[in-house]
Amino acid sequence: MADEAHGEEGGLVFHPMDQFIVKPLFGDGDVGIFTISNVTFWLAAAVLAIVALLVLTTSRREIVPTRGQSIAELAYGFIYKMVEDVAGKDAVRFFPYIMTLFMFIVCANFLGLLPMSFTTTSHIAVTVVMAMAVFLTITILGFVLHGISFLKLFWITSAPLPLRPILAFIEVISYFVRPVSHSIRLAGNMMAGHAVIKVFAGFAAVTAIAPLSILAITAIYALEVLVSFIQAYVFAILTCVYLKDALHPHH
Amino acid sequence: MEGDIVQMGAYIGAGLACTGMGGAAVGVGHVVGNYLSGALRNPSAAAGQTATMFIGIAFSEALGIFSFLVALLLMFAV
Repeated sequence: MADEAHGEEGGLVFHPMDQFIVKPLFGDGDVGIFTISNVTFWLAAAVLAIVALLVLTTSRREIVPTRGQSIAELAYGFIYKMVEDVAGKDAVRFFPYIMTLFMFIVCANFLGLLPMSFTTTSHIAVTVVMAMAVFLTITILGFVLHGISFLKLFWITSAPLPLRPILAFIEVISYFVRPVSHSIRLAGNMMAGHAVIKVFAGFAAVTAIAPLSILAITAIYALEVLVSFIQAYVFAILTCVYLKDALHPHH
Repeated sequence: MEGDIVQMGAYIGAGLACTGMGGAAVGVGHVVGNYLSGALRNPSAAAGQTATMFIGIAFSEALGIFSFLVALLLMFAV
């Protein structure tokens, strides 16, 4: 989509969507299933970042934590409290899963903010895998724990009887739309934010407005740091909300 | 010619679909504004409700995302 829109029309020197093109890491050619592409590289970098942050810093288990260890402990405590508050005490056994999701998204988002890097979470292919995994986990878990009575989630007994079929219809639609909104929220936010930065970077080529554009980039970059964290948090918290539905479908 | 008109319609539709994001912006602003006014009245209860605020933001933002999705589909899938 981005390749054909270059230069000739007198627009930007580079297209703001260029940064999202998946290319092979070594040499040129087509991207197949097993090609080592820039996505592979940055996904691996995110995993290594998690290892560095959570495993290496806490390996010595000091009584007075070092800087790295306190970051790891803060992240752990933050997510643990969130799972406990939002999804309930019995959801704590799913804490490792939610912690994994949160740490992966937060590391991938922050690595994507490095200049010249590639934002893996801006691709729906990456986010939809996580969202579908959450969706399938929760649907299967609900049926395993509650059997067929999990379907009571769609039958709202607090509503008046004539309204219930209509509400059930709406609830079923909203249930199946969850993985869509769950994945596109993350991908859309990441893609839009990075594209805006690149658009302002394109304005920096015009000398008259270059200082203004650089100021704008700085401000938007700060906003993007915030958005990166908040989107990871929102992804994790929505997983907790859905998990609560699976554990207690009767409200 | 016919294809051009279809293309034009798709692009105009994509642009129109983006107006839905304005609605999501109003919704998110409403959620945060009400959270803030509540938090200023009773600051001690504010910390416990931050998670609820984010859930509310996420749900109202979802509808803006659907308009974004429609725009993307019109741009690249139709």
